[in-house]
Amino acid sequence: MLLLTPPLAWFLFVYLAALAALFVSAFWQVNPFTTEIEHIWTFSNFTTIFQSSAYRSIALRTITIAALTTIADVILAFPFAYFMARIAGPKLRAMLFVLVLLPLWSSYLVRVYAWRQILDHDGILNWTLQKLGLPAANLAYSNTAVWLVFTYVWLPFMILPIYAALERIPDSMLEASSDLGARSWLTTRRIVLPLVLPGVIAGSIFTFSLTLGDYITPTLVGGAGSQFIGNVVFSSVGVANNIPFAAAFATIPLAIMAIYLVIARRLGAFEAL
Amino acid sequence: MENKGARVALGVWAGLVVAFLWIPLLIIMVYAFNSSNIQSWPLPGLSTKWFPVAWHDPQVHTAFWLSIKAGLLATTIALVLGSCAAFALHRFRFFGRELISFVLVLPIALPGIITGMALNSFFSNRHINLSLWTIVIGHATFCVVIVYNNLLARLRRTSTSLVEASMDLGASGFQTFRFVTLPVIATALVSGALLAFALSFDEVVVTYFTAGAQNTLPLLIFGYIREGQQLPEVNVIVFAVIALTVIPVAIAQRLTRDSGVLRRR
Repeated sequence: MLLLTPPLAWFLFVYLAALAALFVSAFWQVNPFTTEIEHIWTFSNFTTIFQSSAYRSIALRTITIAALTTIADVILAFPFAYFMARIAGPKLRAMLFVLVLLPLWSSYLVRVYAWRQILDHDGILNWTLQKLGLPAANLAYSNTAVWLVFTYVWLPFMILPIYAALERIPDSMLEASSDLGARSWLTTRRIVLPLVLPGVIAGSIFTFSLTLGDYITPTLVGGAGSQFIGNVVFSSVGVANNIPFAAAFATIPLAIMAIYLVIARRLGAFEAL
Repeated sequence: MENKGARVALGVWAGLVVAFLWIPLLIIMVYAFNSSNIQSWPLPGLSTKWFPVAWHDPQVHTAFWLSIKAGLLATTIALVLGSCAAFALHRFRFFGRELISFVLVLPIALPGIITGMALNSFFSNRHINLSLWTIVIGHATFCVVIVYNNLLARLRRTSTSLVEASMDLGASGFQTFRFVTLPVIATALVSGALLAFALSFDEVVVTYFTAGAQNTLPLLIFGYIREGQQLPEVNVIVFAVIALTVIPVAIAQRLTRDSGVLRRR
């Protein structure tokens, strides 16, 4: 028990206390004249958010792109993880593992910046397309660019849990399925997919949650119409100095993730994290 | 099970995914050698002239050392707290154990702005000025998770019979820890620490909310990129950052590849 006290105290007095502070601040407001925070309970921050169509569309855009990013990552990651876990030999597998792990740990900001340079009007993407005789893509500073870059930066977070789930499936189970006459598609659908689901959900916790809470990618590769929840929180703190409003807006991804995590836990995704 | 066509198709897919993951990193590393300060492709010429420029920029110096200090302090705290948590949750079964293991992963499972904004409101409510220590507190909170996960994975793979054998042979609790447990977990601790440091060194989403007017290296480059200033310097820093994070992560990866003696499977 003595061992548990320091980490528990840290989480209680720093992390959970901070989450509580976030929640409480969300119900305060800033006096427009003195710019001091007034400790009076009010729902005004939330009414502002829900009544403004601009804020609603920002929230909707954030959630939609988070969902699309998750879907794209599953599509990219699943065949890759399958190849890694069940087809590649041990040497190739170890190499692929490192090739996925290194981008995961290399600086997130750096990887977003790389795409800013690639997608730029004078960047390598348009140059390549031009050399191939194709029209320029002009993806720079758009929602498509935001989606593409999110898909890129979170991809390793999806590959690793799916790979771990696939690796745990015993060969005998697949052999049994085919011995019993199931074709490979039936085996994939009835045996592999259900067993991999917790891995997919574990990966989606990262892809979905990291997208919900980000402002760097929309700032660097998005355009004027690419504001995310994170951007509003970012500018409310940095520019407007309105902490209560920022806190209120941050409770939206918090609520979404709380529900998501509870469901994910039910589906056994935490074992696959 | 898979026929040949499917295997080839999956192999091609895997190759494309690796290319997708790596080509942007390789391209951006080439940009560090751009001789011009105009950022367009193809590069007009190659040169290493921006390396000394970035090296002698005092702002880069300050930001770099702040990042190193914050990373080392956060990693130290994370090592202590993360190991305590991993040992406690591995060894004992108690009421609320599940809940604690749930809370411990929250800092990496919840969106970054929530952790950042939560800490920001917390410090603001308590009138704590943002400083090196507020950055360290923010980083330590999610670095703990990394150390904890790494160590817990190792402990789960280690057979408990070794500890029991040591105790049966009359070793004291300390001796068992020093001569049996520590050698088993040492590499997991080192790799956890390296990963925690790499994470702290690169972190930007949470850091913005806990740093105030100070610039860590990622915050400095984020500002430069946003304003389109000093991009040749940014390219050089980016090159250095990629090289610097690849090394600890590659070492960490080697260390967690187990020697095999103590593995259960």
